[in-house]
Amino acid sequence: MNPVNYLYLASLLFTIGAAGVLIRRNAIVVFMCIELMLNACNLAFVAFSRMHGNLDGQIIAFFTMVVAAAEVVVGLAIIVSLFRSRHSASVDDASLMKL
Amino acid sequence: MSFPLLTATAVLPAVGAIVTAAVPAARRTAAKWLALVFSLATLVLAALVVVRFEPGGDRYQLTESHAWIPDFGVRYELGVDGIGVALLALTALLIPFVILAGWHDADPLEEVNPNRRWRPTQGFFALILMVEAMVILSFEATDVFLFYILFEAMLIPMYFLIGGFGDRAAPAQFAATAAGGGDEAAATQRSYAAVKFLLYNLVGGLIMLAAVIGLYVVAGSFSLSEIAAARANGSLSIATDTERWLFLGFFFAFAVKAPLWPLHTWLPNAMGEATAPVAVLITAVVDKVGTFAMLRFCLQLFPEASKWATPVILVLALISIVYGALLAVGQRDMKRLIAYASISHFGFIIMGIFAMTSQGQSGATLYMVNHGISTAALMLVAGFLITRRGSRLIADYGGVQKVAPVLAGTFLIGGLATLSLPGLSPFVSEFLVLVGTFSRYPVIGIIATIGIVLAALYVLVLYQRTMTGPVKAEVRTMPDLRVRELVVVTPLIALLLFLGVYPKPLTEIVNPAVEHTLSDVQQTDPKPEVEAAP
Amino acid sequence: MENLIALLIAAPLLGAAVLLCGGRRLDRVGHWLGTLLAAASFVIGVVLFGDMLGKSGEGRSLHQHLFSWIPVEGFQADVAFQLDQLSMTFVLLITGVGTLIHIYSIGYMEHDERRRRFFGYLNLFLAAMLLLVLADNYLLLYMGWEGVGLASYLLIGFWQHKPSAATAAKKAFLVNRVGDMGLSIAIMLMFTTFGTFAFGPVLSSTGDATEGKLTAIGLMLLLAACGKSAQVPLQSWLGDAMEGPTPVSALIHAATMVTAGVYLITRSGAIFNAAPDAQLVVVVVGAVTLLFGAIVGCAKDDIKKALAGSTMSQIGYMILAAGLGPIGYVFAIMHLVTHGFFKAGLFLGAGSVMHGMNDEVDMRKYGGLRKYMPVTFVTFGLGYLAIIGFPGLSGFFSKDKIIEAAFAKGGTEGWILGAVTLLGAAITAFYMTRVMLLTFFGEKRWQPDDNGHEPHPHESPKSMTIPMVILAFGSVFAGGFFSIGDRFLHWLEPVTGHSHGNPPVSATTVTTATVVVLVIGVAIAWFMYGRKPVPVAAPRGSLLTRAARRDLLQDDFNHVVLVRGGEHLTRSLVYVDHTLVDGVVNGTAASFGGLSGRLRKLQNGYARTYAVSMFGGTAVLIAATLLMRAV
Repeated sequence: MNPVNYLYLASLLFTIGAAGVLIRRNAIVVFMCIELMLNACNLAFVAFSRMHGNLDGQIIAFFTMVVAAAEVVVGLAIIVSLFRSRHSASVDDASLMKL
Repeated sequence: MSFPLLTATAVLPAVGAIVTAAVPAARRTAAKWLALVFSLATLVLAALVVVRFEPGGDRYQLTESHAWIPDFGVRYELGVDGIGVALLALTALLIPFVILAGWHDADPLEEVNPNRRWRPTQGFFALILMVEAMVILSFEATDVFLFYILFEAMLIPMYFLIGGFGDRAAPAQFAATAAGGGDEAAATQRSYAAVKFLLYNLVGGLIMLAAVIGLYVVAGSFSLSEIAAARANGSLSIATDTERWLFLGFFFAFAVKAPLWPLHTWLPNAMGEATAPVAVLITAVVDKVGTFAMLRFCLQLFPEASKWATPVILVLALISIVYGALLAVGQRDMKRLIAYASISHFGFIIMGIFAMTSQGQSGATLYMVNHGISTAALMLVAGFLITRRGSRLIADYGGVQKVAPVLAGTFLIGGLATLSLPGLSPFVSEFLVLVGTFSRYPVIGIIATIGIVLAALYVLVLYQRTMTGPVKAEVRTMPDLRVRELVVVTPLIALLLFLGVYPKPLTEIVNPAVEHTLSDVQQTDPKPEVEAAP
Repeated sequence: MENLIALLIAAPLLGAAVLLCGGRRLDRVGHWLGTLLAAASFVIGVVLFGDMLGKSGEGRSLHQHLFSWIPVEGFQADVAFQLDQLSMTFVLLITGVGTLIHIYSIGYMEHDERRRRFFGYLNLFLAAMLLLVLADNYLLLYMGWEGVGLASYLLIGFWQHKPSAATAAKKAFLVNRVGDMGLSIAIMLMFTTFGTFAFGPVLSSTGDATEGKLTAIGLMLLLAACGKSAQVPLQSWLGDAMEGPTPVSALIHAATMVTAGVYLITRSGAIFNAAPDAQLVVVVVGAVTLLFGAIVGCAKDDIKKALAGSTMSQIGYMILAAGLGPIGYVFAIMHLVTHGFFKAGLFLGAGSVMHGMNDEVDMRKYGGLRKYMPVTFVTFGLGYLAIIGFPGLSGFFSKDKIIEAAFAKGGTEGWILGAVTLLGAAITAFYMTRVMLLTFFGEKRWQPDDNGHEPHPHESPKSMTIPMVILAFGSVFAGGFFSIGDRFLHWLEPVTGHSHGNPPVSATTVTTATVVVLVIGVAIAWFMYGRKPVPVAAPRGSLLTRAARRDLLQDDFNHVVLVRGGEHLTRSLVYVDHTLVDGVVNGTAASFGGLSGRLRKLQNGYARTYAVSMFGGTAVLIAATLLMRAV
């Protein structure tokens, strides 16, 4: 199969993830959408690795996975503590960044 | 390797600043004495620099050079020429007086809770020493990048000095007399002045940064001596347009700091709102970096562009002279009056620099020193006066001469120095600047002499309104100068007299440096028309 | 011998320093110290004079080089002195009259708590004035020039608690500064023309310079002279300067400082000789001031101001004579010296009268004082006879010579100038007779002063009368002593040069004419003031009288044009600085503030909004990159 198709799939997944981040209010869902975007990137990297015939893309994909795992740990911890203090996981409730 | 004297001169006050700042809150007086001792020690080192400096020797002496940021060719390069030595000595000389004059300026108004870590007094004196360190180092720096960093960095302590410490007077009195009324209004005015000072100078500095980077791109080095040597032997040629743009970038920053009309409006605000010693620090010390840098960097790095810009700069300087003097006449606030007088004087300095004659440039350098001393004398006495009465408005005074004759006498001498009376040192420099300008640009020289008359006007009007006439009720109980104040004023006046009658020690140091600068711009003095019989 | 020259200046300078810095401890001896040092300077002057007389013509000029003042590449200013016959004349006049006035002041200022400071200022003045006449270059002269200006400022404003005195002092300094501007421009012109401004080189190479340059230098020097010597158009300060204590008026504003302009022009004779246009202007200024001062002197009721008008007029004579060139230099200086005697004497007399009359200055409130103050009357009277040019007294010899010289100028100019000087002589006789009659003759018109004290006129103490007697002696005999055998001419000729010109009429004719106009002037005055009682309140007077009382409206002109105009200018500039120059900056700041206020609304704190802007930004960046690639 033409590897370009994987790229189309990756961009589709990325767009879905991005839209999710922007639209959804539940922090957990937003978080999952971020994971989706990361995995879309991973897919693209692997596809590029295949297209160019070297291993760089695959190596970076591993890195991304490690980072994503770390991020999940930190991110979930934040969400849990937010939920504890506010009894809600809605991102709109946390607008403290405003000056 | 010999002892790094120049570094030591700059490091000592910096160390002093740190030590002073670290003094515990309750030991205010100890902090003051520490600051004074450090400033005096710096003065000793500066005196050593003057002694070690040989007027007839190399252009830059006591040089030090170390790699600093090798990737960009930035070096820690120091060296002084005669002009630098003169200004270094001036700075080191004035700071002890500034500290002494401001002895009580930063005392907390009411007794502070000793457990709080708020230490305004310590901060005040530490900031002054910090400014001293940076200014001294900037007079020594021969690396453009190093200079730039100092040029910008000294804004930070100055900002806090202007914004953080206002005139000392009982708040009730202040409310009755100050324009806005009340402490609150004074604080607002003060922070406005401080922000204005910072913004003006930051904009200047930003443009200079662009020019500094541009210079590096063109010349591949930040070292003043390397660039100058390369330009002189032809291995580095800068396109005319590029040189002009770079020159303008540097000059703009210096003209803001100097300040030159129409970039001057920050000075009256800053000097008006700051305490008198800080005002002296602004005009007599920090602003001198601007005019000094014109001589050292603008003329040396961009000789052709300097000559190209001369007519415009001279006209701006002339406007500064007359405009500053006229505005001084119209002021009601005595500190603002002195600020406008300084603008007029800076016009003279810049005019002397760009007249490109040895009299003009020697005169301009002497002018920087003499203006420092004379403004310090006048401003500090004005400060003593203001502290006594709690008002800066000229109209609130009258007949002080009857009550406090010594104060009035010193005020008059400071004023006479400001109007360049012969016999006092500013005359020497002002006349040299006028002669130097006149010999190349007669019309400008003649118009500039109007400044002489206007100076007499604003000084004498100030003296008449504050010191003479019937004694006002509010000044009736005004005490005369105290010992501490006399210790501040007397040496300054003695120096004014000495350098007015015998300026030779100063001219000997300055003259060779001016000759170098003139040969940089490839200018020679105009010859007299008639060879006079000996 | 030449080492003594610096001591001449050093003595009073030391006095000034000690008295001004010494503090209250010196209050009791201060006046003696000041007088002693002034006298010391006089003694040194006399010693030098004796030495000079012992030498022959060329060797009489002494030089002393102290140190190099301002050494800058191509610019040499030295502290060096030159003592020749011209300087010597001034040194003796300054220190001699100066010492007398110091002595007089001991009595006059007895009740002033700040007497020590007064003597300090007087000593400062002596030092500066000596520096002025002893300097061997124009820059050092300039230092003395401004130094006397400073001393004059301090002394006019000595009674600073009076606002009028403070204002008068400021005015004197300012008007003088305008003149000083001229002097500094002249020095700059000399520097560019000759490369130096020392007397010797400049004055000996005037032949090589263009006439245009010399005329410019001459006119600038004249401007300086006008300021210091109160000549039209810079004369307005002298009348107000009478606010100072009377000894000051006598020393500074009559005998010495105001004559510095004459010294300057005479000293720079070589320049003026080579610039006839400048000379013409000098003569015109002198002639105009001569009449101006005389007319003002006729109308004033304040005795000191009447004398001030007279001073102005007499200096006009000297300036006119100096403008005549070699014909007149010697006589200008001779009149200067005799004028120094009689005018100082007159002022001291006036001071003595005021001393006895509760400091009243209005002559209409004097009258009949000759019986109460005999010594003052006699000395003042001798001074009066001298100034109107009564035959045989000092003023007669010196003024007569100037009138002769004016005629000797030749041509129409000569006739005009001669006529003006004669007219001036007549007016002088008129107003001085008026002063004399109003003060010493006629009815008692005394009025109680503001505190209701009746004046009790009495003769002044010895310390005041003795100087007056000595000066009266000089007023009587100096002129004759100088003129007999042309002593003064031979003394000064080596320095200033001399020529006889071409007199159209004989000297005897001129002398006769002088005496005739003198008699006419005295007679008119007698008819107006001597024959009938004088009203205490001044009559309204003619238009000219009223204008003359206001100094011929010069002050009003200054007020309207310079003071008001200047005020408007500075006020509008302050406004411009605030609104325009500062406004541009503040406007920029305000527009940034407004913009940021609007931009702040974008920061709503929702993470999603920030994410949208990030995505949007990335999209734009990618689009731009692709677009650039495509192009």
